[in-house]
Amino acid sequence: MTIITPLKDRRTKAGDTVLSVRDLHVTFPSEAGPVRAVRGLSFDLAAGETMAIVGESGSGKSVTSLAVMGLHPNTTRITGSIKLHDTELLGQSDNDMSKIRGRDLAMVFQDPLSALTPVYTIGDQIVETIQAHYDMSKAKALTRAIELLDLVGIPNPQVRVKSFPFEFSGGMRQRVMIAMAIANDPDVIIADEPTTALDVTIQAQVLDVLKTAQRETGAAIILITHDLGIVAGMSERVVVMYAGRPVEQGTTDDIFYRPRMPYTIGLLGTVPRLDESSHGALPVLEGNPPSVVDLPPGCPFAPRCPMVIDACMGTEPELVPTDDPQHVAACVRTADIIRQELRHGDIFPAPVLTTSELAEVPREERVPVLELKNLKRHYPLMKGAIYRRRIGTVHAVDGIDLDIREGETLGLVGESGCGKTTTLLEILNMGTPTAGSIEVLGRDTSTLNKRERKALRRNLQVVFQDPMASLDPRMPIFDIIAEPMGVHKIPKAEIEKRVADLLRLVGLEPNHASRYPQHFSGGQRQRIGIARALSLEPKVMVLDEPVSALDVSIQAGVINLLDDLQGKLGLSYLFVAHDLAVIRHIADRVAVMYLGSIVEVGAVDEVYSAPVHPYTQALLSAIPIPDPKTERSRQRIVLSGDLPSPADPPSGCKFRTRCFKYTALGEADQVKCRDVVPLLQPYAVDHTAACHYGSHEEGVAVGRAQFVSRS
Amino acid sequence: MLRYIGRRLLNYAVLLYVAISLTFVLAATQLNPRALFQLRQPPIEPAIIEQQLLKYNLSDTVPLAERYWIWLTGIFRGYWGSSPLGVDVAEQIQTRMWVSLRLLLIGTLAGIIIGVAIGAWSATRQYKLSDRAITAISLLIISTPAFVVGHLTQIGATWYNNTSRTRTFEFIGETGDVGDYPFADLVDRGQHLLLPTFVLIILGAASMSRIQRNLMLDSLGADYVRTARAKGLRESKAVMKHALRTALIPTGTYFAFSVATMFVGATFTERIFSFPGIGQYGVDTITNRDVFGVVAVTAFAGVCVLAGAVLSDIMVAILDPRVRLQ
Repeated sequence: MTIITPLKDRRTKAGDTVLSVRDLHVTFPSEAGPVRAVRGLSFDLAAGETMAIVGESGSGKSVTSLAVMGLHPNTTRITGSIKLHDTELLGQSDNDMSKIRGRDLAMVFQDPLSALTPVYTIGDQIVETIQAHYDMSKAKALTRAIELLDLVGIPNPQVRVKSFPFEFSGGMRQRVMIAMAIANDPDVIIADEPTTALDVTIQAQVLDVLKTAQRETGAAIILITHDLGIVAGMSERVVVMYAGRPVEQGTTDDIFYRPRMPYTIGLLGTVPRLDESSHGALPVLEGNPPSVVDLPPGCPFAPRCPMVIDACMGTEPELVPTDDPQHVAACVRTADIIRQELRHGDIFPAPVLTTSELAEVPREERVPVLELKNLKRHYPLMKGAIYRRRIGTVHAVDGIDLDIREGETLGLVGESGCGKTTTLLEILNMGTPTAGSIEVLGRDTSTLNKRERKALRRNLQVVFQDPMASLDPRMPIFDIIAEPMGVHKIPKAEIEKRVADLLRLVGLEPNHASRYPQHFSGGQRQRIGIARALSLEPKVMVLDEPVSALDVSIQAGVINLLDDLQGKLGLSYLFVAHDLAVIRHIADRVAVMYLGSIVEVGAVDEVYSAPVHPYTQALLSAIPIPDPKTERSRQRIVLSGDLPSPADPPSGCKFRTRCFKYTALGEADQVKCRDVVPLLQPYAVDHTAACHYGSHEEGVAVGRAQFVSRS
Repeated sequence: MLRYIGRRLLNYAVLLYVAISLTFVLAATQLNPRALFQLRQPPIEPAIIEQQLLKYNLSDTVPLAERYWIWLTGIFRGYWGSSPLGVDVAEQIQTRMWVSLRLLLIGTLAGIIIGVAIGAWSATRQYKLSDRAITAISLLIISTPAFVVGHLTQIGATWYNNTSRTRTFEFIGETGDVGDYPFADLVDRGQHLLLPTFVLIILGAASMSRIQRNLMLDSLGADYVRTARAKGLRESKAVMKHALRTALIPTGTYFAFSVATMFVGATFTERIFSFPGIGQYGVDTITNRDVFGVVAVTAFAGVCVLAGAVLSDIMVAILDPRVRLQ
C-alpha cells in the first residue's frame, strides 16, 4: 500500500476538535405536520477519532449526517450550530458549502451499488472529486486516483481505474467510495451505514479499508450504524439516539459496560450474541419507536420503558452527567440504575416461552419432515439476443443433502449468491430438481400430481424477508390471512374464527383485522406474514431472512414469537439468514453453504464453538461482536476477494481460491484441494465438514480469543 | 459490434419479409380494385376492366399465389407494382419521402430537444408553480387532437396576416409565389414551414417533456447525484453532469426512432398543411384501392422502424457503457 501525498496541510493536531455540533435541530415539513427529525444534538469530534451514532431507523442519525454535509433541501429547517475548525457551516450559501464538501467533509453512503454514477468510469469520478477543489491536471489527478485505488485495496489499479462501476462487485464499489471520500484529505469522513448492504466477509474487508483510510489521512470518522458489533470494534465514542434525541453519550466502554439509560440497556441486551450460546427467550423491548411528527410530552421512551415513573411523563429529560462526567444520559432514573447496578436482565425480563414436548425426544427418534438428497439445480447460461445459445451452466445448487426433523430448526447460512435462495425456491416449488430429490413428509415431490402437490403444500409454508413487499397493500389483513384457507376450501365460518385466533396467536389484536398493512409497523407486518403462513397449520415453515429487515429492538420480539410458536405447534423451521448470531440463538442445527454446496453442518453450539471448515471459521470471525473488549482482542480472518461465479466454480474444493489454509499449505498438499472435491466427513456426533485439511479445535473462530459457551 | 449489427439486420430482414407478405395478402384480398372501375360513369366494359386489372397484376381472377409470385419477382427487378391507374408506387414513395422529411426534420428535432430541456428543467422544480404550469399546458396540448391544433394555428395565422396586411404565414403546400430577390425560394419555403413546424414542435415538445420529466425525477433522486453533491459539485453541475446524463439514456432510444420514422411522415400535419408526403399517401392508397401502394408504404414504414431499432441500439450503446461493454 502506498502512502498518499497529502494535498494540504493539516489544520489540526490529533486530539484537537475538528467538528463541533451544538444543539442541532432538524425539522422538515410533511403532510402530517412538521417532522422533528433531530432534536438537540451536541457533540465534539476530535481529529483522528471515530465516533459512532447508533440508533434505529427514524432515530435521526442519517438526518444528522446530511445536516452536517449541508445536503438537506431548502425546505428543511436547521437550527443550532455546526462548526468545522471554528467556521460556522449553518447558514452558509450552497456555493460556499460546495467548497467545503468533498474537501474537508466527505461522506460514504450506504448502498455502493447505486452511489456511483453508472455512465462514468470510476477514474473519472475520482478525478472529478479532486478537480472540483484543486486546480490539478487530468493526468496528475488520474495518477492520484490510481494511488488511492491502490490504497483501498483495488487489485491492478492502473487497469481498473478505467472500469465502470457495474464492472465492480458491491464490496469493491464501497472501496471506490472510500477512495473518493479520502481523495482530498478530508478532516471528517461521515460513513452512513457503510457496510449494511454488504456480506459479512466483505464487511470485514471494507471496515479494514476504512481504518486504513483513517490512518493514512488522519481524518475523524462519524460512523452511523445500527450494528452494535461494528460500533464495539470501530469507535472510541458513542452517541445513542432515540426519536431524534441523543439519549446517551460516552466512551464506547462506558456505553457497552455501564449503560445508564434503559433504552441503551435494552438495545444491548436484546441482540442475540454470536459468542454466547443462548436458548430460550430474548429480553424484549416492547412496543415500537414513536413517530417524531407528533411527540407527546415527556421522555419519548417512556411508553416502552419498564422503569417508567410519573416524573418521566412531564418533561423530556436532559442529558446529565452520570457517575462519569464524560458519560451523559437522559433519564430521570439514572441514579437508581447506578445505585442498584441494574442490567438488562433486571430491567427487561425475558418472557416465558412454550417448550415443545418434542424437545425431550432425541433427534434420532423424530420423524424427518423435509429431506434433500443430493439436490441440484443448474440453470443454463445463455448468450446472444437472436440466436440464443447455451454457453455454460450456473451451478446454483450443486448437490446438497439436508434433513429437518420434527420440531427442530435448521439454520442455513452463507453469503449472497451462495445458493440459499435457490434452495428455498426448489423446496417451495415442490417440483423435479435438476438432480436428486426433495422429500416433504416422506413424499418425493417429483412423483406428485397436481392435486397431491396442492394438498402437500398445506404442510410447507413460507415467511418472506421484506414485510413491506410481501403483503398486498390493497388487502385488509383479514383477507391476507384468510386467502390461503380460501384456496384450500376451508368453510367460511371456520376461516373467520381462525383468523381471529391466528391474530391473537401472533400477538396482534383480532379487531384490527379490517385494517390495511400500511397501518402496521414492520414488526407487526412480519407477524401478519407469520399468521398467514400458519393459517394452513403447516408442519414445516420456510423462513427467508424473516428478521433482517427489522430494527434491532423489534427483531427480538419476532424471534421470540417464532420460538414460542415452535413450542406450541411443534413446527419445524428452515431458517435462512445471513445474521449468524440470530441463527445461533434460534437454530438447533446449522448448515453453512458456499457456492452451491454445504461445507459444514451440525449442531449449532458444536459448529459455532469448534468450526472445522476454513470458510465457517472466516464467516464467524468476520462478524463483529457487540463487546468492545472482545472486539479489540480478536484477530480477524479476513478473506480475500469475492465469491467466484457459480457459472465457473473452481475445481476440487470450491473455496480454495479464497482459503487462507490453502495458501499456507505446501505445493504437494495443495494438489489435493485442486483436484479432489472434498466430501462431508464427521468430526463429532452431529458435526460434519467438507475440508481435506479440516481441524476440529475450540476457539478458532474468534481469532484464537475466547469463544466458549457461557450458558 | 459490426457482426452484432449484421446479425441483427439479417433477423430484421426476415421479419420484414413476413410482415410485407402478410400485408400483401391482406391488401390483395380486401381492397378490391375492380370496384374502382365498376363505379365509373359512364360504365366501362367488364372486359376492358379485366384487361386493365390483368395489366397491373390486380385481377382477382388470377390465383392469389400467382399474383404474389409475380409481385415478389417484380421486387427483385426493382419494380414494386403500380396503382390501378398505372402510377408507379416506388416513384411515388421516392418523391414523397423527401417531402415528408423536409416537413418534419426541423419540427421533430426541435420538438425533442425543447421537450427534453423543458422536461428536465421542470423536474428540478418539481411541484413548484413553474412545474405545475408546464404540466398543465403540456397535458392540454397532448389531449388536443393534432388536426385541432393545426387548424387553430391556421386561424391564428390568418388573423395575423389580415391584421398586419402581410403574407407572413403561408400554409398551403410546400411552395407558393416566389419573389425575385436573392434566396427568395428559400424564404418562401421557410414561410410555408413556419406553421407546420410550430405545430410539430409544440406537439413533440409536450409529450417529450412528460417523458423526460419522469426520467429526470428518477435520476434526480438517485444516490449518485447525492454522491456528486457530497464531492463538492454545485447543484447545477451535479444535475447536468450526473442526473441529466443518465436520464438521457432512454431518451436516446426515442430519439433514434423519431429520426428514422420521420420519412414515414405525419398524416394529419401533411393533410392540414397540404404537404404531399408519405403519411398522406398511405391514407390515399387505401381509399384509392391501391394494393401495391399499401404494400409499398407498409414495407417502407417497416424499413424505417427497423432502421430506428438499429439506430436506437447503437444510440444506447453510445450512451450507456453497461450495454457497450457487456
